[in-house]
Amino acid sequence: MQKLTPYLFIAAAVGLLLLLTYLPAANMLWYSLTDWDGLDLDKEFIGLENYLEVFTNPQIFGVFGVSLYYFVGSFAQMAIALYFAALLSYRTRFSNLFRGILFFPYLINGVAIGFVFLYLFQPGGTLDTVLGAIGFADTPQWLGDPAVANYSLAATSVWRYTGLNFVLFLGAIQSIPDELYEAAEIDGANRWQQFWALTFPGIRRIIGLSFILAIAGSLSVFEIPFIMTGGANGTSTFVIQTLQTAFVFRQVGLASAMAVVLLAIVLIVTFVQRRVFPDEKVDLT
Amino acid sequence: MTTADSRIRAGVAASATVKYVSLIVGVLVTLIPLTVVFIASFKTSAEFGQTGPFDAPGSWFNFDNYVTAFQKGGMVEGFINTTIVLTISLIGTILIGTMAAYAIDRFGFRGKKLVVALFLVATLIPGVTSQVATFQIINGLGLYNSKAALILLFMGTDIISIYIFIQFMQSIPVSLDEAAMLDGANRWTIYWRVILPLLKPAIATVVIVKGIAIYNEFYLPFLYLPSEGMISTSLFRFKGPFGAHWEIIAAGTILVIIPTLIVFLFLQRFIYRGFTSGAVK
Repeated sequence: MQKLTPYLFIAAAVGLLLLLTYLPAANMLWYSLTDWDGLDLDKEFIGLENYLEVFTNPQIFGVFGVSLYYFVGSFAQMAIALYFAALLSYRTRFSNLFRGILFFPYLINGVAIGFVFLYLFQPGGTLDTVLGAIGFADTPQWLGDPAVANYSLAATSVWRYTGLNFVLFLGAIQSIPDELYEAAEIDGANRWQQFWALTFPGIRRIIGLSFILAIAGSLSVFEIPFIMTGGANGTSTFVIQTLQTAFVFRQVGLASAMAVVLLAIVLIVTFVQRRVFPDEKVDLT
Repeated sequence: MTTADSRIRAGVAASATVKYVSLIVGVLVTLIPLTVVFIASFKTSAEFGQTGPFDAPGSWFNFDNYVTAFQKGGMVEGFINTTIVLTISLIGTILIGTMAAYAIDRFGFRGKKLVVALFLVATLIPGVTSQVATFQIINGLGLYNSKAALILLFMGTDIISIYIFIQFMQSIPVSLDEAAMLDGANRWTIYWRVILPLLKPAIATVVIVKGIAIYNEFYLPFLYLPSEGMISTSLFRFKGPFGAHWEIIAAGTILVIIPTLIVFLFLQRFIYRGFTSGAVK
């Protein structure tokens, strides 16, 4: 009985983990080798055909190109976050208010953000009004023009997620002891020198982590384009494509192969992260 | 502001100017998109067509759009369903998570390494795409189109909270367990009477982080609960019937944001702490 105790405590968590994470993952591997439509009772084994399709059909793999917009966007996001974190790390009036406002978008419901920006980007809407007021009358269709839509969506994503990066960076900067800055001040280092010599090394790890999360995040972008454009006008992403393949076109086999490919890429990226930033590894025990 | 003879002070003033101008630009970029939606939500349909996005509404007390959003937009159903799912999922997550953390932190048992590894690897699997296969499981359990599906998914896939619990539990001295054991308490009593009450700060963190995540979750209710609305999906459905009525969509959007704003204003400190500990897992 004594020996059983820990197992009783952990049974529910492990049971759900196996049922909702590992069983689906194993099934997904199996489905990806079949031509299953999600309904049929029997699934026909077709080997690696689905994977061949994923890598050779430009309509599927080419969608990863859209991730580049978000990837570049996430650099802008980190730069903006770092800039504001550096500003607010010094004594600032109303610093709590500024911090709160800059962080708040991260907490807002994704559908609400989608609507806020659909409204902003409307032809003749807020953005056009603002640009018109400062002399740019000839504005594009922000979401209707395939050449522009992905920029607009990536910008929305930057607006949404900058707050999290900002708060993480600010926390890291504030955990650097003040005495170091005082010593640097006495030695005559200016703000810029202080930033490069003290602040940047102190937050290098969190920047590295954010960088990896940016790669993984831009590969699996989903909510903003799905809610705002539904993937129209060349804004479809790999995840939107996967889910449509599974639940709209009912090609569960092919969709599983796509999901496995994404999983493999994320695992590789994470593995590289663990090698490059070994300190960052998760320690559960 | 600056005296002519002090170049240093001029430099400080200039950098202060750059700083506050930057901050104000940041605030404007953050708030303008939200403000125009707020303005639009008070306009009548005719007014909306005739005025620009920055023009004030005729009346700031025109709540008609809010009433329409609430009554015809299914927001009531959305709020009720979200509250139900949120409450049950949070209670489940806390019980399952603290029990798992207790087992992992306070016991040595065969297979512990394997269990820990299973939890770790699971954090790497991207949530949305694996729904391709998870859907079949939920369907096979007969839970498709029920709130139970969502509750099960929210409870079962939360590894971050287990991690937060373990981290916090490590700071609770084992001598407390031992003292209770000498008093004749069994393991369950220790968990329930000693550990769980001491975990309150960690539980608060999990409630906030997880609560906000469930409130904002869009795809799981969209996929698993098509016939009922949760907050996100009710709002998403505004696209159809109210597609041409931005003033009503605006009201719905504001309605969804207000609870988040209230929670944020009251629990700021916990929220910052929660997200920094949750993100840097």
